Amino acid sequence: MNNRIPVIEKILSANDRIAAENRQVLDRAGIFSVNFMASPGAGKTSLIEQTVHRLAERIKIAVIDGDIATSLDADRAAAAGAVAVQINTGGDCHLDAVMLHEALPRLELGDIDLLIVENVGNLVCPANFQLGTHKNVLIASIPEGDDKPYKYPGIYRGVDALVINKIDLLPYIPFRMDYFRRGVEILSPGLVTFPLSCQTGEGLDAWLDWLCLQVRSV
Amino acid sequence: MHELSVTESLLEITLRHARAAHATQVNNLYLVLGQLSSIVDDSVQFYWDIVASGTIAEGARLNFRRIPTQMECLDCQQVFSPTADNFDCPNCASTRVKIIAGEEFYLEAIDIQ
Repeated sequence: MNNRIPVIEKILSANDRIAAENRQVLDRAGIFSVNFMASPGAGKTSLIEQTVHRLAERIKIAVIDGDIATSLDADRAAAAGAVAVQINTGGDCHLDAVMLHEALPRLELGDIDLLIVENVGNLVCPANFQLGTHKNVLIASIPEGDDKPYKYPGIYRGVDALVINKIDLLPYIPFRMDYFRRGVEILSPGLVTFPLSCQTGEGLDAWLDWLCLQVRSV
Repeated sequence: MHELSVTESLLEITLRHARAAHATQVNNLYLVLGQLSSIVDDSVQFYWDIVASGTIAEGARLNFRRIPTQMECLDCQQVFSPTADNFDCPNCASTRVKIIAGEEFYLEAIDIQ
């Protein structure tokens, strides 16, 4: 004889609880934190390099790098001048709040103004796992194509800022910016957006200004 | 792809609620998955059979209720299901559109003995 009992609980509620703890740790330390999400090759690490390179004299930056197996990305962040910590997910397709929880004690939190968490390159799984960072930043790129908001609505929904990288390639690749932006607008109305190129530096200033404003407001 | 994390979380929630109800066995789980949030496919049952083994939820069946995406136009109030490659309002082409269904991602109920 079955007895049905109501539950109504979010499937990843345990992750959300740990994410809330991470946020408290970061807030107590006065750190502003961002979670970089993107497909592989969109330019997460390049944007980190440019950001660190241009801001490292003004603010103290740490990078936590999530990768399936290698430390190549953390090495690049460290070479640019950030304190970098590597998380190898051992095959997992996303970072979760527990992984960040375990990585935070490896940093001198009192010495950090800005923490950038580089998620695993993937447009599907990271969308479901809140980490506890203050802002979720999605990095799109022109070569990926203009249909990505429609194909991966979950990740475009619920981000706090959007970087559109590789705009220097716009003359060479058919990319309907208006079509792309209409999908984004429906999924995340009024989303703050930064078209830029890590290669040429175009548009980077607006991104860096926004980031510095967020850091100061913590 | 992250079915294992999802399954482990599901097991924690299920066992917590089952114990609170003094259950000796869990027979069914009822999941509600919106089209926008759900990346959970039927392979979750496979992982479930592994992680739930040896618990009172061993052998429980996962039942999925999938909710299609629904949107409402804020300009003309049309309610519609978006197509795969266009989210504009089909009636007035507005992008002032609210998502009213499709983001569900929760465990609704369990059957216990």
